[in-house]
Amino acid sequence: MDAARLSGVDMVGTLPTVDDVWAWLDKVPDPEIPVISVVDLGIVRGVAYEGDLLVVSVTPTYSGCPATSVISFDIEKALRARGLEKIEIRRQLSPAWTTDWLSDKGRAKLVDYGIAPPQPAGGPQACPRCASNDVERISQFGSTPCKAQWRCKACLEPFDYFKCI
Amino acid sequence: MSDAALFQFLLRMGDNTLLLGQRISEWCGHAPVIEEDIALANTALDLIGQTQMWLDLAGKVEGQGRSADDLAMLRDAWDFRNLLLVEQPNGDFGQTLMRQFLFDAWHELMLAGLVQSSHSEIAAISEKSIKEVRYHLERSGDTVIALGDGTEESHARMQAALDLLWPFAGEVFVADDVDAEMVENAIAPDPAGLKPAYLDRVRDVLGRATLTLPESEFTHQGGKTGKRHSEHLGHMLSTMQWMQRAYPGSTW
Repeated sequence: MDAARLSGVDMVGTLPTVDDVWAWLDKVPDPEIPVISVVDLGIVRGVAYEGDLLVVSVTPTYSGCPATSVISFDIEKALRARGLEKIEIRRQLSPAWTTDWLSDKGRAKLVDYGIAPPQPAGGPQACPRCASNDVERISQFGSTPCKAQWRCKACLEPFDYFKCI
Repeated sequence: MSDAALFQFLLRMGDNTLLLGQRISEWCGHAPVIEEDIALANTALDLIGQTQMWLDLAGKVEGQGRSADDLAMLRDAWDFRNLLLVEQPNGDFGQTLMRQFLFDAWHELMLAGLVQSSHSEIAAISEKSIKEVRYHLERSGDTVIALGDGTEESHARMQAALDLLWPFAGEVFVADDVDAEMVENAIAPDPAGLKPAYLDRVRDVLGRATLTLPESEFTHQGGKTGKRHSEHLGHMLSTMQWMQRAYPGSTW
């Protein structure tokens, strides 16, 4: 995107509000599941100014998730494109990330994308393609740390399930 | 509390996850079916991620400017503080999963204790890690049951794996001065105190797996104190560290 066409820091250098920053971050896609934003994923834990330094607190989904460093980079890049210069991305480990923090908007987008959203019961409620409840687990793990492999016994399609943690 | 003892304790945590993560990474592309391949690689990834947090903190406590990478890649065998269990070879798939279960069953109990640590960073790392480890334990326990209570062949292999690995399972409960100092300062739970819950857990799973726990309580020691590692550690390190040894400081 062209930085000049984005609304951001204005000519006299007034800093954007925290609400503006949240709205911008809600446009930064998760690198592995690009239909949801980093805000939908629930990993942005805080946005606050310390003086004129903007501190964005981010929590990792899984401790070894390779997307974590990409996410921090993408957040910083998006904010710089808005003209912000003094930014710190701070890692916050506690409280540990939980899939309860996925937004409702994010959950709906996951289903549209073909990924069953997390359920406290420990398995998908329904096949994201045909909505059948007749599903079975193939593997407790999947293509990324946050997903498991399931299969629909009605339409026979395998699908990703977003693990509930 | 001395920083030296805390440093040793953090090395023990980080070296366990590092060495086991490295061991199960060896299965990548070789597991019996692709789902198991993915599961092992994901478990390895969690463990390596946890290693980064433990060794990063260890380096800060030590105060010599060593990063997590420095500690992982530039120490030699005698400076490692992992349990002998995690450096044991993979063997067959059943043996790998038996080792995983014997480790996970302790790891989860240990982290549950560490969540209460008086040290806020240790508590935070543990709070993060335990969610991943519960998942590891669920899978390794289920797999041990499925294979133990499986065919004649899989049962025999799982019993052989248990007989081989059980003498390595007790090392973690033997306390030394470092442990005493951690307990005294409410940093970590008393190792021996975790043993009853561990045995309950192991007996439950092995019972359902129709496997027989060996009667001997003999346990090999020397990994967590660094006094005497098995011959396998040096071979592992030569694979894991060769790039940094051959091309010091290389990055990508």
